[in-house]
Amino acid sequence: MAKTGALGDTIFRSILLIAAASILLIVAAILVMMASNALPTFERFGFGFLVGREWRPAQEEFGALPFIFGTVVSSLIALILSVPVSLGIAIFLVEQAPQKLARPIAFMVELLAAIPSVVYGLWGIFVLAPFIRNYLGPVLQNNLGFIPLFQGRLTGIGMLTGAMILALMITPIITAVVRDVLEAVPTTQREAALALGATKWETTTIVLGNAASGIAGAVVLGLGRAIGETMAVTMVIGNSPQITASLFEPANTIASLLAANFAEATDRLYLSALIEIGLVLFLVTFVVNSLAKLLILSVTRANKEKQV
Amino acid sequence: MKLKSITIYLFGVCLAAVAFSCSGQKMGQGNPTSAPSGGGVQLQGSGATFPKPIYEKWVNEFGKLNANIKIDYQATGSGAGQKALLAKTADFGASDDPMSNDDLKSASSEILHVPTVLGAVVLTYNLQGVNQPLKLSGQTIADIYLGNIKKWNDPRLAVDNPGVTLPDGDILPVYRADSSGTSAVFTDFLSKTSPEWKSKVGTNKQPSWVTGVGVGAKGNDGVMGQVKQTPNSIGYVELTFAKANTLPAAQIKNRSGEFVDASIETVKAAAAGSVATMPDDLRTQITDAEGTGVYPISSYTYILVYKDQPDASKGKALVDFLWWAVHDGEKFAAELHYAPLPAEVLQKVETKINSITNTGKPLRQ
Amino acid sequence: MATTGNMFERRRRLTNAVMTALTATCAILVTMLLLVILFYIGARGISSLSFEFLVETPKPVGEGGGIGNAIVGSAMMTLLAAAIGLPLGIAAGLYLAEYGQNWFGNIVRFLADTLIGIPSIIIGIFVYTLVVLPMGRQSGLAGGLALAIIMLPIVARTTEEMIRLVPNSMREGALALGAPQWRVSWNIVLPAAASGIATGAMLAIARVTGETAPLLFTALNSRFYNYYYDQPMSSLTVQIFNYATGPFEVEHAMAWAATLILVALILMINIVVRLVTRKRY
Repeated sequence: MAKTGALGDTIFRSILLIAAASILLIVAAILVMMASNALPTFERFGFGFLVGREWRPAQEEFGALPFIFGTVVSSLIALILSVPVSLGIAIFLVEQAPQKLARPIAFMVELLAAIPSVVYGLWGIFVLAPFIRNYLGPVLQNNLGFIPLFQGRLTGIGMLTGAMILALMITPIITAVVRDVLEAVPTTQREAALALGATKWETTTIVLGNAASGIAGAVVLGLGRAIGETMAVTMVIGNSPQITASLFEPANTIASLLAANFAEATDRLYLSALIEIGLVLFLVTFVVNSLAKLLILSVTRANKEKQV
Repeated sequence: MKLKSITIYLFGVCLAAVAFSCSGQKMGQGNPTSAPSGGGVQLQGSGATFPKPIYEKWVNEFGKLNANIKIDYQATGSGAGQKALLAKTADFGASDDPMSNDDLKSASSEILHVPTVLGAVVLTYNLQGVNQPLKLSGQTIADIYLGNIKKWNDPRLAVDNPGVTLPDGDILPVYRADSSGTSAVFTDFLSKTSPEWKSKVGTNKQPSWVTGVGVGAKGNDGVMGQVKQTPNSIGYVELTFAKANTLPAAQIKNRSGEFVDASIETVKAAAAGSVATMPDDLRTQITDAEGTGVYPISSYTYILVYKDQPDASKGKALVDFLWWAVHDGEKFAAELHYAPLPAEVLQKVETKINSITNTGKPLRQ
Repeated sequence: MATTGNMFERRRRLTNAVMTALTATCAILVTMLLLVILFYIGARGISSLSFEFLVETPKPVGEGGGIGNAIVGSAMMTLLAAAIGLPLGIAAGLYLAEYGQNWFGNIVRFLADTLIGIPSIIIGIFVYTLVVLPMGRQSGLAGGLALAIIMLPIVARTTEEMIRLVPNSMREGALALGAPQWRVSWNIVLPAAASGIATGAMLAIARVTGETAPLLFTALNSRFYNYYYDQPMSSLTVQIFNYATGPFEVEHAMAWAATLILVALILMINIVVRLVTRKRY
């Protein structure tokens, strides 16, 4: 009887091990494939690839800076728009709203995360872009037009539209993580503050302070998601690799470039450049997501220890 | 316990279904040679968006006449079409821009260019309140796309359009972000009519557009969609897209100094001059052609195939389709605003189709 | 305390009220946005829905057509993704939970999180290089594989978490009765975590149904119904993308209608899953 058990154990465990190892294999394979295909461009341009400002496939000149710029700026603006709102929702749901109200609202915010990217893009083209072109844009340009941010041609398609759609897409993620982090803060903290006469909001500020690094992690996680977003962005950002201060002008991101141009890169160097820029995206999302995890873990783990 | 058994059973059924589906086709190196699962012949075509409306019409009509031949045409752009043919992920490619010598050399075997129809690249625009077609010359178009002319009421535009009130708005040029035969034709025309364009940008499927001048879109559809959605924009698309969306097409100045509308007649006139000088491989550009009544941004569009087809049944279906397209198919061209091939070119095309072989034997007996 | 009227007290109470109002506004704003989006999809989509639309294949512009093959294609590729991703993912999750408290398990856990974070377009490029090029064409198989790779780490991590929730007392009880380790996992732990795992699986399926980028180069698109995996395959998401970015009004209307179908399906899965898990508490 015991013999059968041991054999069964070994077989079972091996099967599971193979399944787990497949994850390892896949990530390794992706890395190897990308690195080896990116090699020709790396040999030609070195690290200058990252700061080159011109992307000209016809002349075999490849500089990734406009796309890195587009990716970073659109994600940052998305964060600026999303983080205060996400924080507000999370605080409302955890600290202030009664359970009966909190559950449906939390549910609806989570549903936002379930909507596919292409649907956001569709909505962006036909609803948000005209809105920006006809209402928001003119208001901003007429009143704040002296700031370079709000100059430029107003078409409805561009950096701002992309960033706004991104903000909408990352809000549920940031909200969910901040909620988890806030809930991980032990109630003793809150009770202590209330006992000392603090108002609800003042208690919340204390909780926020306690959860600060977790909130930072949530923000970084949202950043990671925004950086990699492809479809919604490529539909509204204008596919124009330019570096400009204007929010209304079209721009381009790495993911959008890959979606639009990968299928046609016949030339070996062009294909290699696309893969190298994809590798850059991969590495950046990797670093950002790992950082996010570290930050979030630091709060949840620390509070688990406190909660004894 | 029962639920788990049912789950495992169902799961096993799904796996079996998937395995059965996959086993229907041998998955080997390069182009598969056995018939696709389910019987009949299936052809995969990929390429230009310029002829997309007529190719879609053709595969649909040809499919009605030949129930066992399924042709799927995916309009991914001329560049992607060329790549798909070179990588052998498609049975035929489609491109308005002939393949370059380098690309042809890199192919595993000879590739034939089969012209199918003629089309016109028009400048379409979205201007409220302007009802007559604008008159544009190569120089003004180049200036718009170079960023030299920024507003619609620029005097350089007014010169060619007396009596038309152009608005005081920023022009938004729309260009192709992907690798495009239409871009190649467009930039070829600009290079021939504007020395500044020739030196700064030149002719290319994927030109290095001047940074900050316009907005990129994917495919003829994408450019048309962008122009349609955005007031004060201008873009270059095949004639049928502008017509289908009831947006205007500018009259372009040709080499004889006339401002000409794009139409089947004017495109035919552009092709007429090229017939005599057409090279054997049929790769040519007919932009800025000599003559009167010529539309200067006209172009042939090609289907690209390997001269030697690896699969006999697929190859036969392919040559049958091509033969049908350049003969019977041409009757669908007029309603979609494409011009049929000139008679002399048709003869050369027939020779080309007849030369397509499988293991050395011509497929058309 | 509430009756003390000095200025400092009042300011604190005012701040409290303002902040409460602000956070409530945020919540209402975002909820409203969701409703606006859903409303748009419903209003614009419903007008193009018809039986023909749901069963026909795409036709040249102006001749009608529908998304029948896109629905079938999406279903087939999601099915393939689930057939590969679910067992592998559950097995990997089981490993991580039961046997994965070592350096290897930590690496796999870390890499699973990494894989989740990789933009899906890169997965598409990976599968293109690995499957499409050697096979000689795009196919539903490649598309399904790309979706499976996206699904795998998600299912693995949620499975791991669900299995971790199973109390140790159950395991110890079974072991004490002489069951081998693998029996404990298979007959005791898995069934106990089954509903949680199913939840994770359903959510992963909903997620993968909405993916577009990985299908662009792997499955391409098709104008026909395909019942086999070896040819390019249409999908709802790619079709929505193509219709939305084109110029034709009729295609825009079809994009909205297809979106209605897609979003209705995904939301239904999400709502059902969450309702079912809520009942357990």
